[in-house]
This record gives sequence, C-alpha cells and structure tokens, in this order.
Amino acid sequence: MTTSTHQEGATAAGERSAVPAIETSRLVKTFGGTRAVDGIDLVVPAGTVYGVLGPNGAGKTTTVRMLATLLRPDGGTARVFGHDVVREADAVRSRVSLTGQYASVDEDLTGTENLVLLGRLLGYRKAAARERAASLLEAFGLTEAADRQVKHYSGGTRRRLDIAASILNTPDLLFLDEPTTGLDPRSRNQVWDIVRAVVAHGTTVLLTTQYLEEADRLADRIAVIDRGKVIAEGTPGELKSSVGAGSVHVRLRDRRQREQARRVLARALETEVQLEADPVALTARIMNGDARASVQASRALAELDAAGVVVDDFSLGQPSLDEVFLALTGHPADTAEQTDKEVAE
Amino acid sequence: MTAGTAVTPDYSPAPETIAAVLSRGARPPRPSALSSSLTFGWRAMLKIKHVPEQLFDVTAFPIMMTLMFTYLFGGALAGSPREYLQYLLPGIMVMSVVMTSMYTGTSLNLDVSKGVFDRFRSIPMWRPAPMVGYLLGDMFRYSMGAAVILVLGLILGFRPGGGPAGVLAGMALLVAFSFALSWMWTMFGLLLRTDKAVMGVSMLVLFPLTFLSNILVDPQTMPGWLQVFVDVNPITHLVAAVRGLMAGRVDGGEIVWTLAAGGVLTAVFGTLTMRLYNRR
Repeated sequence: MTTSTHQEGATAAGERSAVPAIETSRLVKTFGGTRAVDGIDLVVPAGTVYGVLGPNGAGKTTTVRMLATLLRPDGGTARVFGHDVVREADAVRSRVSLTGQYASVDEDLTGTENLVLLGRLLGYRKAAARERAASLLEAFGLTEAADRQVKHYSGGTRRRLDIAASILNTPDLLFLDEPTTGLDPRSRNQVWDIVRAVVAHGTTVLLTTQYLEEADRLADRIAVIDRGKVIAEGTPGELKSSVGAGSVHVRLRDRRQREQARRVLARALETEVQLEADPVALTARIMNGDARASVQASRALAELDAAGVVVDDFSLGQPSLDEVFLALTGHPADTAEQTDKEVAE
Repeated sequence: MTAGTAVTPDYSPAPETIAAVLSRGARPPRPSALSSSLTFGWRAMLKIKHVPEQLFDVTAFPIMMTLMFTYLFGGALAGSPREYLQYLLPGIMVMSVVMTSMYTGTSLNLDVSKGVFDRFRSIPMWRPAPMVGYLLGDMFRYSMGAAVILVLGLILGFRPGGGPAGVLAGMALLVAFSFALSWMWTMFGLLLRTDKAVMGVSMLVLFPLTFLSNILVDPQTMPGWLQVFVDVNPITHLVAAVRGLMAGRVDGGEIVWTLAAGGVLTAVFGTLTMRLYNRR
C-alpha cells in the first residue's frame, strides 16, 4: 500500500500482490438499535479463500452485503481491490460477484434465460450472451435443466445455477454467502469442488459459513465473528490449536461410572472434561495438533477399558461451531436473535 | 423437484471446464442505459410468457368494468346504454388501465423481497434500468388492457368520431401517462414492507383519483367543493384529452396539461423511487 503506487497499474500480477482483495477498517452497520456489524477489520489477500465463520445473526451476511455494495456502511471503511465500496461502487461492482444466501436467480425464468439476461446486462451482445450461457450451463452440469423454470429445480441444482450466474462476469472476487446451507451432502461436495476450481483459476473467494469443517476444508484463513465482532482470526490450523483439534464424545452404559470416566479421560487427554445433560454422556476437547488427535483418542479409549468403564459409544469429531464458540467466548453460539432482521434487509 | 436431481446424477465439476468459462477473454463494455432497460423489458415479457395468468387483471377486470358501468348507469344518465357508451368508453378505459397500473408496485415489492434484485443491484449499469424495464413491460400490459376495452366497446356500439388515428393517439397518451403514474407505485413497492400493504395504499390513492373525476359523470352536477378537486385531478385532464382525441375534437390544452402532470409525476416519484432503491 505504501510504496506500490507505481506498480499498481503495471501488471495484473503486480496489482494482485500489492493490493489486498478486501480491506476493511472498523466497519459498522446498525439496524435500529442493534449493531449488526460492530467494528470489523479484515484483510483478505488476493488469490486466497477467506472463510467467515459464525452463527446466524453474527453479522456475516451484513458484512458481505456491504462489501458487495448492496448495503451502505454506517461507519468505518471498506475497500475492494483498493476501491472504496461507497464512493467507487461501480468500480467494485465490475470486479465482484455475489451468490447470496437466498437464491439470486429468477424463479419464473429458465436456467438459460437467467444467464442470457445477466449476460445482456453485463454488455454481451445477444449471440455472445447465448453462447456464454450455454458454456456455463455445460460447465456446471446444467445443460439438461437449461430449459426448465428455476422454480422446478432442486436445491443443489439451483445453487449451481446461482454460482454459474455469479461467475458469468469473470469476477476477481467472489462472495459466497453460506453456499452449502440446506444442501444434501452430495450437492455440498459439488459446491466445494466448484469453489476449489474457481480458486485454482486465481479468483479470490470470501465464503461465509456456519460449519467449521467447511471453512477448514476450503479456506486459507478464517475469521470467527460473533455479535458483529471478529473474535478470532488465523489459519485453520491456528484456529484449531486454539480451540482444540477435535472432540471426543463418550456414552457410557452405566451412569454411575461417569465420575470415574471423567477422571480417566481428564488424565489421558490432559484436558477438561464436560459432563453433558445426558447423564451417561461426556465430552472432552483434544487440544493438540490434529495429527495426534486419533492417537490420543484411542489411548483414552484403551484407558477407559482398562479402568473397567463400559463404553457404548465413542466418537472423535471436529469441534462443532458451538464448541468453537464455547472455547473462544465462553458462551454457546446464540442463533436466531438477529436472523430475521438480516433476512428482512 | 425430484426431476431436478435426476437430471445430472453424475455431475462432478471439472476444474478445466470451470477454468475455461472463467477466462473468457475481455469483459464486454458496459451496456447503454437504453440497452439495459430494454433487457429488463425483455425479462418482463419472459415473465408474461411463463406466467400468462398475470394478464388476467388487464383482460377480465376491464371487461367487467365496462359492462357493469355501461348497463348500470347508461339508461339513467344518458337515456340509453349505447349513448352513454360514447361518453363512458374513453373514461372507463382510463380507469381500468390506471387501476391495473398499481400491480406494478405489488409485483416489484415481491421481486425485491426475493434475492434476484441483489444480483441486479450488484451489476454496474444505469441504476434505474430495472425499474424502467419493469414499466416497459407494464406498458405492454396497459396497451393490452386498452385494446381489450376498445374491442369490447366497438362490439357494444362505441363509434369514435376521431377514427383509428384518434383512437390510437388517445390510447398512446393513456399508456404514456400510466407509465408516469407507475413511478408512484414503484415508490410504494420499495417503501412498504409487504405486497398487501402496497396494494392497500395504492387503492387508497386510486379510488378517489378515478371516481372523483369526469370518468363516470359530467362534473357540472357535482357540488362546488368537489368540482374544485375534480378540476385539479390529473385523471380528469387525461380523460378529457383522451375523449377529445377519440371523438376527433383534439383539445391541445388538456393534452399539454396531461403531459405536464406526467412529467411532474415522473420527476417526483421517479426520484423518490431511485433514492429508495439506492439506499436499500
């Protein structure tokens, strides 16, 4: 930013390395009395995937909408490839694309019509728009669905069309707002593969999600946000080492053995063990790097067995969003509070 | 629903094909305001093609209005329905078309509450284009409504003295004025929360505007205070202008009055609409 003025316009590559794709400073948005976004600072280097992780109502959608020039910030600044999102909105618009949480395609029109419409609006001539629509539909496996109205599409098909529509303008920065929420596992995997392909091409992606697993798999860096504030930021590895590589969930046959099991687990995993509401269940976070999580877990299971504790169910999983929040904030992720408000906007 | 999933059972995204669509040469230049507006007009046409039921309001409603008022008031007001029709038809055409214009607001409101407007708003283009396109599509609906009434009127015995040219000029003036008036409904469409609220407020404006005019009866019989309102009501001037054109007695003053009112409506409510649209 400081010495790169002469490089900026020189080459695309030079620009990429010099100017971050996104840079926000104390970004604020207020709805009524609520600060939906309360001073968010983000720096997203160009060419990377950035994950914004948080529960419903944390301010993810509001942040994305401000960055995509759909909402005006009430305070702070946001720059996209060096352009201010308010004063240079059109310059931002020409380089970004948004796939919103709620399908941003026209349900009454067919897949082809949706893409041709967008192509025309972006300045393609009729024949070029048709040709571009056809190649996008093909790349996204939508050729057979092309002439049906979008309202008859399944969730996964509609989401693919939505993403196809978003890359029609070959954006340098793609916003994906909860791209897999509500999708079945197979469609979710398809979306992940699409995101990887888009990133491999060099497009910067900012993705919001409620799933740590999704952020972990796709993102180079993750910001965890809660109540409009960034509460943690780093690589997935850094994040996991601060909240734990995973969790061991244990269910016992006999509730009277729970206290004994708690002591064994605490010693074996060198961590605090939580007693669940279910009187036979316990949960323990594994704090070390994920390479050793399975080793520790199997040792813990062996020690439970040696101590004569009868285990009905034993599982090792990545920490859930709830566990991440518990670790970072001390309170569980509360959802729903602002969700309706965000939807209404 | 199930059909959608069945279509591509084995789709797996290929990085090469996706990379290929991402690197399609240079981005085209930004389209002109006219081109963007026409594209949105095309969208409105596609929506009519896919959901033709939406033309119900510009076909059934005008037919009902024309038949009802012709036979309800015809005998009492002008001696016979046929004679009354010569006076009523241009007015009832204005009433029906102006009334159907309020659907612009409700359908815009529904559209905006879905996600697709987010996409439009994040495209760099002439900002009013989606609205103008909307209204272009509606002009087609207005023309249809006017044509339906004209045909029905001709069947019932309406014999306009202005001939085809006069009738067409009258209809064109009506459609142009409705375009201007629609900016009021687009404003309500963006201002109010639900489509029902938009409908309610539009009715509240439209009923006095259409009934307290010269559409159904000659204002001479009204009390003085009411005549004052009828005189400033732009619908009155529109009806007078359309009647004149269709009867072959062109009234330049009324036409100018109507066009000026349309200009003011567009300037005021178009500006307010765009302000709301940009702020959302």
